Order: sequence, then structure tokens, then C-alpha cells
Amino acid sequence: MYTQALDTHQEPAATAAEAADAHAARFQSRIDDEEKIEPKDWMPEAYRQTLIRQISQHAHSEIVGMLPEGNWITRAPSLKRKAVLIAKVQDEGGHGMYLYSAAETLGISRAQMLEQLLSGAAKYSSIFNYPTLTWADIGAIGWLVDGAAIMNQIPICRCSYGPYARAMVRICKEESFHQRQGFEIMLTLTQGTQAQRTMAQDALNRWWWPSLMMFGPSDADSKHSAQSMRWKIKRFSNDELRQKFVDITVPQAHFLGLTIPDDELHWDEAAQHYRIGPIDWSEFQAVLKGNGPCNRERLEARRRAHEAGRWVREAAAAHAARQQARAAAATSTGEIT
Amino acid sequence: MSATAAVRSGAVAVPEEAHCHYVLRLADTSLVLGQRLSEWIGHAPELEEDLGLANLSLDLIGQARLLLTYAGELEGGGRDEDALAFLRDAPEFMNLTLAEQPNGDFAHTLVRQWLIDAWQLEVYTALEHSRDTRLAAIAAKALRETRYHHRFSSGWLARLGDGTAESRERTQRALDELWRFTPELFAPDEVDERMSRAGIAPALTELAPRWSARIDADLHAATLKRPATQPYPWHGKRGVHTEHLGHLLAEMQHLQRTYPGARW
Amino acid sequence: MSETDWPLFEVFVRSRAGLEHKHVGSVHAADARMAIEHARDVYTRRQEGVSLWVVRSADIVASDPEEADALFEPARDKVYRHPTFYAIPEEVKNL
Repeated sequence: MYTQALDTHQEPAATAAEAADAHAARFQSRIDDEEKIEPKDWMPEAYRQTLIRQISQHAHSEIVGMLPEGNWITRAPSLKRKAVLIAKVQDEGGHGMYLYSAAETLGISRAQMLEQLLSGAAKYSSIFNYPTLTWADIGAIGWLVDGAAIMNQIPICRCSYGPYARAMVRICKEESFHQRQGFEIMLTLTQGTQAQRTMAQDALNRWWWPSLMMFGPSDADSKHSAQSMRWKIKRFSNDELRQKFVDITVPQAHFLGLTIPDDELHWDEAAQHYRIGPIDWSEFQAVLKGNGPCNRERLEARRRAHEAGRWVREAAAAHAARQQARAAAATSTGEIT
Repeated sequence: MSATAAVRSGAVAVPEEAHCHYVLRLADTSLVLGQRLSEWIGHAPELEEDLGLANLSLDLIGQARLLLTYAGELEGGGRDEDALAFLRDAPEFMNLTLAEQPNGDFAHTLVRQWLIDAWQLEVYTALEHSRDTRLAAIAAKALRETRYHHRFSSGWLARLGDGTAESRERTQRALDELWRFTPELFAPDEVDERMSRAGIAPALTELAPRWSARIDADLHAATLKRPATQPYPWHGKRGVHTEHLGHLLAEMQHLQRTYPGARW
Repeated sequence: MSETDWPLFEVFVRSRAGLEHKHVGSVHAADARMAIEHARDVYTRRQEGVSLWVVRSADIVASDPEEADALFEPARDKVYRHPTFYAIPEEVKNL
């Protein structure tokens, strides 16, 4: 759900050499014909690695994303809100699992991906390194962060790699209630007491710019885009998606009676688009590097859970092994099991 | 249908207060247990368990909502599910003392869950035949969920009890620590007896042996030892709790208490 | 198996309205009973009355895409397996 163009490393080398190869040519023509590539099909190694990286980053984002929202489950202000929030966070965990499942078809294991996340080697969407300080943050996340994620995700439903596309179709179907519940929370707050209205505006002030950064830097600055576009892993540019998000969201903020924290925001009549002020990419880079407000806490929480759970996983494995041994022994002695 | 009409004609007249308290006991047990489980989300031993525990939590909160709404109607004071959940203080809560015990490690949580699942299985099964048709309907729905909960918790009990030396030690310890809260599960008081005479609730003493047999079967599969019964009379059902409930409520009720009268 | 090694199970779901089980993804689990529970929690949160199959991924035998031509191409030009190949006069019923 929380994709973002995180890959800023170099374009894979040797594209010229591969293009000369018959396999590669046939592969590209399958892609051009909008055929789906499936797990056991031949694929360029760079295609495989790009997908593993993108899918696992996406999965990590879902899993880490459970934490900022999970932070308010025990304090949700009504039973209905509590139930909806639990269901949403549960969905996010589920989405992470669909994606890990898709990545595993490419030859990497869940254990390896988890190790990459917990060691700090893998990236995940930077938006989850921000704290949820008030209940209004839960509304803002649903409205803005899920909104941005949906915009990123829908094109990926037509991605060339079958398992990833199918996982995304599933995710997009489940996503619709996430954004609606967030917006509804904001609406309830802005129609409430003065304190609630202030809470809502404060949340928008803190989540607006990080949400815009979810789409990643301008494509001129992103070296990976061209090849991903050719392989139909990426289908629209970062700027295109960001612009679409802004055009949809600004009127929603006006409806809520909230002010977007951007002095330079204005309507461009000629182009029929909202124009935003400059994005502070240095903050984005800092958060990506691990120096955001919650980077440490998020990873620490997942590490602690993983460590604390070790004896549980071991027990389950030991029990299963013992059951299997018993079953095997029973069959070999002719007992009826 | 009014709350009183839900009790089929011919039943012994029940003071509304006892009826309301009985429903609140069920409601609060589900609510407090659901809240405890929700604390695990994002911190479980494996991602699949995050989803599993969240599922249990959602079911229990769903039960609590139905039961609290009904209790509010029986009370007749205009309190809805949220007023009851967020604006009562600890002495007004009627959950089983076992439900409010802290999560501890995974073994602790599992053993607490399993003990209550086995209890809910007996109680909801019996309540399906209650003269209170509203309660019977809620119980029927809850029973389907509880069957899955018990499958989940007893399955884990076996894996942990008959897993590694460490898991057995942790699980036996959790069992030894939580066992003292089990006498309250089937110790009837005047509310239970009134409801039982009215055909609304089962006789707890009749359910006890069935619960005990199921416990023994599950413990046997888990290679764990049933602790000796310690007869301390816990009174969560009557609003006398352990220190843990106060902290749980402080966290849960914080927003509604800080912004009185606000709609969320 | 090591502690990190809960094996992978492929999950197939048949919805209440469906006619066959469809592959929906995979879960990790220590044993088959757990795999069913995980599959239920991950893949059927929004469906009622489903049927679930879980199969250890290691037990699945798949055809090799490289051999697709040999395995599946010959069937393409054997048109006589398809009912539309046979011209039956309109007046003949029930065929």
C-alpha cells in the first residue's frame, strides 16, 4: 500500500549486451504485448532484482506502517473507531504478506527479507518514520497517506509481473475503505469542538508535505525510472502521480474547512492544475538515511518483537517436527493414525 | 422489541438490575480481553500471528459492542456502548478478573485466552437456549467465533506445551500463575442464580465439569500439568478488581475523558 | 527445521459462489493446521463460506515454461477435440 520510488541507484549495466540476446528480445516483446511474466518464466536478472527490491520495499512499508497507526488502537475514542482501526491495521499486515508472498516467487525467502529489514539494510516508505501524536493523525494518515498510496498502487495492478499485479489487484480492492475511514475521521473532527478542529488542522500541517514526498523525487532526478517504465514495472512518472494527488486532495481540504500548509499553493487556470510550493527534499533524504523522528523506534519495535518471538517460533517448529516423526513412526509400524 | 419483551413470557420476573449486570459481565469480559489482545498488534512473534491476534481482538470487541448496547437498554438510563465503555470507572466494570491480567509473554497471553475461550464455549452454548431471545442471538453469533478462538488457543497451547524445553517452562509457569483466577469462572452468586432460575442463564455448577473435562483434554495434548486449585475468591464480576484494570481503563478512556462531550 | 524455517504453503480458495479453488498466494506456517488458520486470517477476511486448500510449496510439481511448446502446442492444431469442429444439422437436437 505504501509504495514510493525509493530506488535511486544506477541503471542496471549491460542492457546493450542483453538486448542482443534472443531471450531478452523475446522477453521484451512479451512485455510490449502486455503479456504477464510468471514465476518460472525466463527473465533478465536485472528485472528479477528490480522486482525483488521494489516488492520487498513495498511489503516492508506495509509492515512498518502497522506501527504508527497501531499506536492509537488502545486509545481509539469509540468502540467503532477501535474496531475499524484494528481492521485497517490487520489489512496492512495482510497486504505485507501478499507482497512477501509475491516476492518469494522470485527466489528470495521471507526470512532473508525480514533480515534485510531488521538490519536496516532494506528501505521502506519514509512516511512511517513520522510519529502519530494525536487521534487526528489517524484521520490524516487514512486520508492523505492512503490516498497517495492508492494513486501509486492502481497503475501497478497492470505491472508486467503476474504475482505482483495480482497482489496489487487484491490490495486495491481492500484499500477503498482505508481512505474513506480516514476522511470520515477528519470530517467528524472538523464538525466537532474547537479543540477537535485545531487537532485536525495540526495533523494536516504535519502530514501534508511527507505525503507529497511519498511519490518520490522528480523523475529527472530519479535514475531508475526509464528501465522500470520499459519493463512495465512503473507505469506513470512520480510527478504525474503527485500532481494527480494534489488536484484531487486540495478540494477535499477546502471541503473540510482546513488550510493546506503551503503559502505558494495556487490554482493554475491555464493548465487546470493546482501548483504547490517547493518540496524540501533534504528532509526526505535525511529521513531515508535513518534520521527521521521515528526511524530508530520503528525498527527497534520490529526487532524486539522478532527477538521476543524467537522461542515461540522455535517451539512451533519443534512441535511440528515431533508430530511428523510420530506420524512417520506410526505408519511404519502399521498403526492406524 | 423492548428489552423486557426479549424475555419470553412465562419466565420468572427478573429485576432489571440483575439482568443488566449479568449482560455487563459478559460484555466487560469480552471488552477487556479484546483490549488486552489489541495491545499485541504489531508486536507478535510472527506476522501471521499479528493477524490472528487482531482477528480475535476484533471478534471480542464486536461481542462487547452488542452486549454493551443491550445492557444499556436494560439499564434504561440512556447509556450507549461508548458511554458504558469509556465513562465507567473500574468499580463499575464487571469483567472476570482473569480477563484484565496483563499480557506478559506469548505463553501468558495464550493461556489466559485458552482458559476464557473454554469458558465462553460453555457459556455461549448454554445461552443459545436462553429465554432471553436477544441474548440467545448474540450468543449464537459469538459461539461460532469462540469455536475458532478455542481451536487457535488450544492449538498453540499444544505447540508451546509440547514444543521446546523453554516453551514448556514458560507455559507451565503461565498456567500456574493464572490458575488462581479460574474459580471465579464457575462460582455462582445471587445474580447468576437469579438469572438461572429465570431461564436466562445456565447454572454455572452444571457447566463446570464440562469445562474441566475440556481443560484436562487440552492439557493432556499439551503435556502440561493441571495446577492445584487455590480458592481465593476473586470478585471482578462484582466490581472488585486487581490493580491492572485501572491502568487499562486510563489508557482506553483517555480521549473521551479529556474531551468531554465530543463526538468521535 | 530451523526457527526461521516455517515452511511455505500455497493457498487455494474457493468462494461460496465459486466452482473451483483459485490460487491466491502463500503463507508460512509450522504445520498444516496452523497453515489453514493463517490462510483463513490472511486470505478470507472478506469472504463467507469458503473452502481452503493449503499445500506445501515444495510438494507442488509445475510444468516447465520452457517446455510449454512441447507440452501444449500439439493440442492446438488437433481441432477435432473441440465440439465446434463437427458440423451437425440444425434439426438434430441434444447434441
